[in-house]
Parts: sequence; C-alpha cells; structure tokens
Amino acid sequence: MTATHREKALIFELSKPGRVAYSLPPCDVPEAAPEDLIPAAMLREEPAKLPELYEVDVIRHYTELSRRNFGVDNGFYPLGSCTMKYNPKINEDTARLSGFAGIHPYQPEESIQGALELMHTLQNDLAALTGMDQMTLQPAAGAHGEWTGLMMIGAYHESRGEKRTKVIVPDSSHGTNPASATVAGFETVTIKSDERGMVDLDALRAAVGSDTAALMLTNPSTLGLFEEQIVEIARIVHEAGGLLYYDGANSNAIMGITRPGDMGFDVVHLNLHKTMSTPHGGGGPGAGPVGVKSKLIPFLPKPVVGLRGDGTYYFDYERPDSIGRVKAFYGNFGILVRAYTYIRTYGPEGLKHVSECAVLNANYMMHRLAPYYEIPYPGVCKHEFVMSGRGLKAYGVRTLDVAKRLLDFGYHPPTIYFPLNVEECMMIEPTETESKETLDAFIETMIQIAEEAKMNPELVLNAPYSTVVRRLDETTAARKPVLNCSCG
Amino acid sequence: MANLHRYIPMTEQDRTDMLSAIGAASIEELFRDIPEEIRYRGTLPVSPALDELSLLAHMKELAGRNAASDSYTSFLGAGIYDHHIPVVIQHLISRSEFYTAYTPYQPEISQGELQAIFEFQSYICELTGMAVANASMYDGVTALSEAGALAAGATKRKQLVISRTVHPEARQMFGTMARGLGLEIIEVGYANGVTDLDALQAAVSANTAAVLIQSPNFFGALEDLAAIEPIIHGVKGLLVVSTNPITMGLLKPPGRLGADIVVGDAQPLGIPQSLGGPTCGFFAVAEPLMRRMPGRIVGQTTDKDGKRGFVLTLQAREQHIRREKATSNICSNQALLALCASIYLSTMGKTGLRETAGLNLQKAHYASNEIARQQGITLPFSAPFFNEFVIQLPAGTSVKDINSKLLKDGFLGGYDLGLAYPELGGHMLIAVTEKRTKAEIDAFAGRLGELADDSDA
Repeated sequence: MTATHREKALIFELSKPGRVAYSLPPCDVPEAAPEDLIPAAMLREEPAKLPELYEVDVIRHYTELSRRNFGVDNGFYPLGSCTMKYNPKINEDTARLSGFAGIHPYQPEESIQGALELMHTLQNDLAALTGMDQMTLQPAAGAHGEWTGLMMIGAYHESRGEKRTKVIVPDSSHGTNPASATVAGFETVTIKSDERGMVDLDALRAAVGSDTAALMLTNPSTLGLFEEQIVEIARIVHEAGGLLYYDGANSNAIMGITRPGDMGFDVVHLNLHKTMSTPHGGGGPGAGPVGVKSKLIPFLPKPVVGLRGDGTYYFDYERPDSIGRVKAFYGNFGILVRAYTYIRTYGPEGLKHVSECAVLNANYMMHRLAPYYEIPYPGVCKHEFVMSGRGLKAYGVRTLDVAKRLLDFGYHPPTIYFPLNVEECMMIEPTETESKETLDAFIETMIQIAEEAKMNPELVLNAPYSTVVRRLDETTAARKPVLNCSCG
Repeated sequence: MANLHRYIPMTEQDRTDMLSAIGAASIEELFRDIPEEIRYRGTLPVSPALDELSLLAHMKELAGRNAASDSYTSFLGAGIYDHHIPVVIQHLISRSEFYTAYTPYQPEISQGELQAIFEFQSYICELTGMAVANASMYDGVTALSEAGALAAGATKRKQLVISRTVHPEARQMFGTMARGLGLEIIEVGYANGVTDLDALQAAVSANTAAVLIQSPNFFGALEDLAAIEPIIHGVKGLLVVSTNPITMGLLKPPGRLGADIVVGDAQPLGIPQSLGGPTCGFFAVAEPLMRRMPGRIVGQTTDKDGKRGFVLTLQAREQHIRREKATSNICSNQALLALCASIYLSTMGKTGLRETAGLNLQKAHYASNEIARQQGITLPFSAPFFNEFVIQLPAGTSVKDINSKLLKDGFLGGYDLGLAYPELGGHMLIAVTEKRTKAEIDAFAGRLGELADDSDA
C-alpha cells in the first residue's frame, strides 16, 4: 500500500493546540473591549472550533488532497457534454493580474474602464459567435443562463399580452432544462425523440399551441447529432407563437460553422467553462452568458455594459423592461477574463479550427470503437458520440463496471447512463486538445476492457484496484447521511 | 488546416490518417448533416488572434486601466471586501488537479475534491451553528434567494418578508426569482440602521413563509436576531439569516439564535474581489430541512474494503433524477472558491479568525470616531456594528463627486447609499478591514473632512 492509499486524515484531525499558520499585524489603533462595542449577548461565548495548524500542515494537507484528485492536466477526460478540454495557463495568469482580481464592483466607473472594455468586447464577440444581437454576461453557470433566458421569454410574451405557460423539452435534454423551466414558473412538456434520436416532428406539432412559451433544444443534441430539421423545427415553434431556446452545452462542435441565431434560435446560453476553456474548477465557478435576438433586448437583466459616443464604457441601468437582476454585481468577471483571453489566442479562424478538430476526433473514435461497442446512431457525429455497453450485459458486466475499470488505466471515464434514451449509455467527448496517440491508447484500452468483460468478467466487476479508495457505498451515504465531521 | 496552434496537436498527417480511418474525404464531409442554408460561410467578426507576447501585453494594458486595491487604499465594502488573502491560498488553488477537474462524478479518483467539500461543509456548520451545509452556491445573493424559495416550499406559504436592510442586489435578485416562482415579497423598513421590529411584527402573519434578515446588515449594523426570532417562529414561519463569515470570529452564530437557514458569501474568506465575481455562497440549514436543500452535498461513507471515503449524496433532490420536480435548477457549486474559503479557515484557525475579526472591529470603530470628528460629518445610526458603518455628509453633497476626488488622492471611498436608498442621498457606507493602518485611516478621515468642508462652503 503506497502512502497515498492510506486513509487521509481530515484537516480537523491534524489540529494541535498552540500552533498557528497565520501572520497578522498588531493592532495599531486604540483598542476597546469587544463588549464595550457590541452587546455581550451578541458575542460568542467561545471561539469557533477551527483547527490549530502551522503553515506546513496546511500545505501538505491540501497538496495531498490534490494528489487524490484527477483533472484534465492528469490525463484524458472524455466526459461527454462537459467539454473537458485543456485549460490554458495564460488564462490563469491574466485573471490574476491585480488590475482584474483586485478591483471592486462599486468603484467609480472611470476607475475600471479596462474591465468594462473587456466585458463590452466579450459581449460583442460572443454575440457574433452565436449570431445573436446582444448578450448579458451575468449568469454564473449554464443552468443559471437557462433560467435567465426563460425569464426573458416569459417577459417577452407578457409584454405582448400573451399568457404562455409551457416549455417543451425533448426527452434527451439535460435535466437542468426542465428544472430551470420550473423555477422560471413554467410547466414542462417532454416530447419523445424519434428512432434516430432527433426531435420527432409529429410529436412537436402535437405539443405546440397557443400556450407554448418556448422549445429548449441542444444542437448538436446530447447524442452528439445535429438536428438536420432544425429549420423546420424553428418554423413549427415560431408559427405557434413560441420562441426557441438554445442550450449551448455543445457549442464546441459548431464554432464558425453554423450559428444558433442562423438556425432560428431566439435565446442562447454558452458555457464558458466548456467551450471557452475556463476551467471547471472541480464543479465551479463557471459562467453562462446569454444572448438574445433584438426583440428580446429590452428584457435583458440589468446592467449591461454600454459604450458612449465619447469612447467611455458604462453600466447601463436604464432598462425599464428588464427582468431585473439575476446575479450579484456583473457576473463571474474572473471567468470572463479567462474566456476573453482564450478567444484572443484563437481569433475567428482558430475557433473554427477548434470545432473542426473536435468533430474529427469524435468521429475517429466512434469509427474505431464501432466493432467493439454498439453505436446506436451511426453516420457522422459532431463533437461527441454515444455508444451502448449493453452487449456486455450477457457477461454480467455493465457500463458502470467498464467506467470503473477505466480508472485503473488512468482515464477519467465518459459520461455514463446519460442520455436516458440509450440503454447502458456511454457518452464520449474527446475535445480538440487531445492527440491521435492519446485517442488510440484510450481506444485500445476500451477494446481490452471489452475483451476482459468476456473472458474474465470478475476482473471488471471488481475494478477499480489502483485508486485510493475502491467502490464506495452510496446507498448508506444517502440513507444515513454523515454530512459534516462534527469534529470542529 | 494550415493552422498551427499550441493547444491543438492535429498534424496534416494525423488529419489524413484519421479521415482515412473514417472513410471521409475531408473534414467538410463530417459537417454534411448541417443544411447549407444555415452554414456560416464568412469569417466571424470576433476579436483577432494574438501571439502570447502580444496577448499578455494587451491584457496588462487593459488591467492597467483599472484602479486596483494593491495601489489604492480601499474603504469600499457593501458586500465585497478588501481583506488580506494569505499567500498560501493562491499556491494551493493553483494545483491543477483541483482546478482542471469537473464535479466529482467518479468518487474513486475525486477523493481530494470530495474531502475538501466535506471539510468545507464542516467548517460552515461550525461557523454558523447549523446542522447541515451544502457544497456551496453561486454567491451569497443566490443563496439567499434559494433560501427564500426553500422556505416557501417547506411551509407551503407564498409570502416572504424581507428587511430593507438586506443587500439591495440580494433583494433585486430575489425579486426576479420570486416572479418566476409566483411568490409575494413584503419589504419592511428600518429604524436607526436596523430592521424596524414594530413594522416587522405588523408584516408577519400566518401566511408568512419566512423572514429574511441580513446581519451585519447592508448598513454594517448588527440586527437583534434574538428579538426577531420569536416574531417569525410565533407564526410557524422560518428565520433566514444572511451573515458575513468573518464576523463568526466574534459573534454568536445565527444557528444558536434560532435561525432555520443561514446563508452568506464566503468572499471575505480569502477570495479575490474580482469586480464582484466569482465568489462563493454558503448555505446551511437545520436538520429537518436537509432533504430540501438545493445544490450539491457530499457525504461520508466507506468503500468495499471498509476504508473511509466521500461521495456526492442525497442526489434524489437533484435535476438529473428529478428533472422538473428538483428542489432547484442549480447543478454546480463553486468548488474552487469553497476550497479558497476552507484553506483560509485552516490557515487562520481558531485564534486567527478571532484575531482578524477583532482587528476589523477595532479599526472600524477607530475610523468611525475619527471620521465623526470631522466638521460637517455625522453618524446617523447608533446601532452596534462590526467593520462597516454609515456616515452622513453635509446636505447637498454628491457622494459620487467626493469619491472621484478621493480616487485622485489614491483612495477608494465608500459606497454611495443614495444609489439604492433615495432617502439616504449624501450618505456613505464605509468599510474598514484588518488591512487598513492607522495612518491610512487618519489620512482618509482628514481628506474626507476637507472635502466635506469644501462642499459645505
């Protein structure tokens, strides 16, 4: 057993009274007793039970935690729908420049002109990329963008004196789509996909009506397929008086090749932590800017960044029809700096090249894996594809087991059991930043695991073997929750 | 394909080999499923590419046109604070195993992140005095809105009472969210800088889902939670408290004063100001509300060898299972910034957090005394405060103009309260953290006095 395989102590378990890891200045102003400044009843009777450590304890603890974690820098991470591309280091450096990291949201506008210019340029770049007329940078994540977009769609219909209560989503959509619709006050109508995983036009025609507020769609879909009938879909929804919402989770497939605005979408969100390489951060922070066509501009959250005739930038709050505020201050500015940096490393031709390479990588993997795993939707895929592990069920091996076995080979597994309409689903997204050698090695591993499943299923069923912990008991975790250590 | 780019490994040879494996003649063929009428055939009008040297120069030029807190002396707070960030934090969160990972869906290779979140939840419970905390939320403002939504769901009541002393942007955001959810919001005014308890009592009824209070409130004043608690619990509603985690070094936790939900923003705990984002909201509840919490939650369990480990848990609440019936649409957390907060608390420890809170308290009170001594400046409120307080400038003074002048002298002046409270024109909200020295406070007070005197004349 190597050192990293030992049970890791909690930070609280390292505490020893009398140690410090901080260095604070002495108080250089006249001091009063706290109880002379604040009523004694409001004061803590004893200090919060935080650990007492010295600096090396802190460094070693979190360094060891980092070694028990797997990121894109550790290896191939083909987690479908999450676009786990390389996170450029220059992004991290620019976001940490003190002129970006050390500024306050309520400083005088004249003292943050550089930041405002960056936001204004990014608004325009993202609008151009998506074919939209105006952007808001406020939403903090994709789901937050969905909710923001749906609130605008609600306000738009209301401004026309229409009461439209229903949002249509395909059964292959991300779970956040219906959840966001609920929070925005809509009822969700789920429609079945056709046998090719596409929107079933008859089901759509039957679902739309005078109560349709919007259709939410990901294109390419969560199956990695382009909705070839998108123009007809848009026509059906628009003719019923509804709007089209574009979930931009899969935008890495289409930059410079086609734009949601040209497909007929009215509202779009982008996930900057996916397409624009700002890191996922272990689950956040991200950013989910939203773009709209001109008829929805009045409803954008306020403020948006504006440019005056004299060349100065400002926060525009004079927006009487705005849905209001959706986030404190102006959004996740530090993430916006990273996304802007990323765009400037590529420019327009480079971004198109990104999508071309992402799509070529995905198609290459799909073709090479097709003899070994079932590909439910053959043909061309976009930036990702799905395959089914159901062929291995005969040997008692499920997709979950394949995923766990991949851990032993140093890979992050694909997204599994999503979308729900493919049995034993694996969703693979290689991204453009992986080499042919990396893809080939992963493919060989997948072929080997398929072979293992047939010849020696126990080997796969008991995986992983090499990780710091093995399969965890999730049932007990949920039934008898232990959610903090109560050891402070 | 002549593009060579340092993030893309595709060579001409790779492209040829891969296309041939697929059986396609060109990359263009892979896009044959996109109808020609919607193909984009031009060059996108996005900003052009720059080489690394030029890009660094461009970004430094943009950053250089902002007045940053390392070269300006800040007395600006109002939700985002200029606290000291211990140097270890940036080193540790720059470990790319943390920042290049996604949500820990595969627990066996994500134990580092999962344990870090479990420790964050433990820290938040200890600070707030609550039973359970989640893995974090977008920011404190979102956390407060989600708390209001949770309270409405848990009590099956549609009306929420919020104090006007809650951060104006939190009230705006909650207003947006309440419209979507069909909730009614009643705002209650203030007296002497704190929530008007008589007005609160009058607003609360058997229809009230919750009272939403911030303490220290937007004016920096400490709310009397012990007096507010029976008002809402008397009608079986919930008490939601938003707080500043640094104050927990000195103040009694809201959980000990009867709060049902405690939220706030962890920005003061080692997170850069960054124009207000990204920060990290925290969200903690009393035990009975555990399964109604929004967001991710990490729990402890064991692996098949009996070893302690951590997993995402209570996922039956979440949208990938519950879809439109989920407790919230939020499926992410601010993991990297929750990590900042945890490292901050680990570094400060038991004595450091208390000492930091003490420095804030002492320096802010010294500053308020010094500023109040200036001709023409008064302190309109006498409620107890922590590190932030309101001053009143002479009638007719433009806080905006004063702040522009202060900027020229190297100061970031306080928040212009007239922007959010029409009745408080000429009032400024001043924050003083442990970073401010006596010399800086003296100089700021003196300069404010001169400017107040000028505008008086």
